[in-house]
Amino acid sequence: MGASNTAQSGTPGNNKRRARVLTVTSGKGGVGKTTTTANLGVAFARLGYRVVVMDADIGLRNLDVVMGLENRIVYDLVDVVEGRCKLRQAMIKHKQFPDLYLIPAAQTRDKTAVSPSNMVEITQKLRDEFDFIVIDSPAGIERGFRNALAPADEVLIVTNPEVSAVRDADRIVGLIEAANRGPAQLILNRVKMDMIRRGEMLSPKDVTDILAIQIIGIVPDDESVVPSSNSGIPVAMNDKSKAGIAFTNIARRLTGEKVPFSVLENSGGFFSRIASIFGGGNAN
Amino acid sequence: MPSLIDRLLGRTRQSSAHTAKERLQFILVHDRIDLPPERLNEMKEKILAVISEFVDVAIDDVDIALRQNDRNSNMIVAEIPFAHSLLSDEERDENDDMELPLLTEKDDDDDDQPTP
Repeated sequence: MGASNTAQSGTPGNNKRRARVLTVTSGKGGVGKTTTTANLGVAFARLGYRVVVMDADIGLRNLDVVMGLENRIVYDLVDVVEGRCKLRQAMIKHKQFPDLYLIPAAQTRDKTAVSPSNMVEITQKLRDEFDFIVIDSPAGIERGFRNALAPADEVLIVTNPEVSAVRDADRIVGLIEAANRGPAQLILNRVKMDMIRRGEMLSPKDVTDILAIQIIGIVPDDESVVPSSNSGIPVAMNDKSKAGIAFTNIARRLTGEKVPFSVLENSGGFFSRIASIFGGGNAN
Repeated sequence: MPSLIDRLLGRTRQSSAHTAKERLQFILVHDRIDLPPERLNEMKEKILAVISEFVDVAIDDVDIALRQNDRNSNMIVAEIPFAHSLLSDEERDENDDMELPLLTEKDDDDDDQPTP
């Protein structure tokens, strides 16, 4: 499932590129959109792809901080839109990965400073040079969300196994379908296996039953995520982080690789059993 | 692996995760069709008022609910049994054999039409 039904991905080292635009959204705030965007960016770069991550949360920029690039910002997305700089000048190269760029949001403006067609134009300019453009959508379903959705080839919905987050995710699924941008794929973040075992948390299968969309990633709740954002080093740079591995697996699935869900869980057993119930297509 | 045993024994039925799932399914079916439970109740009452003008309905056994097979196939499923008196011996005698099956069939039709 997942990436297999989407446009073919670029190949590392291929010089003829046609970027896929992935929009990361959620409805509810605080479920891990920015963390997901940053980690997908890093993971794609580590896999050898050329990537731009874009912060569409005008007025509340965060992607720069999570990626550790906040000190390098000179120009931002609104500067590009309003013609104060060239697109290139607003693209910040990552310290470790020369093929990973960030386009930061403006901090002092609001969402009306950018329009959906601005977003489409900007991504069009980048498509020939990159393999992936990952857009971090703001929370909510208003202008910022529509900006982030406008250029999307594929939409990734991040949610947590909690009633409120799943409800909001469902609303987003409906909006994405209405906008003809679907089918969206699901990333279930902050999954606590021990709580699922005790029947105290919705399982991945519960959530996919409810939302009726494909799942492309299950990210365990991992204590390494907070320190990683403390220091601006996404967990996908850390091969020992379970969340980092999960994010990398999502990136690999998006490139078309078949990555079983059971890899995520070192104790195997129960988790892979759950995964196999709903993830059979991908878990071969 | 207690979790699996729990699941097999259906112990998780009472778990809060199960409650969460049930609540979500209820919330979402109403969200998706944009019909809050209160409005649905209002609608139920009106439907029953209309039907009761024509036939006797077993009000206590009526079940009108939203149901969904998948995201894009939501429906109102109504089960509206006739009041018991309709099937009383007296009436059964009066009705010829044709009429009752016909009624039942029609009732079935109303339920099943949107299903496929």
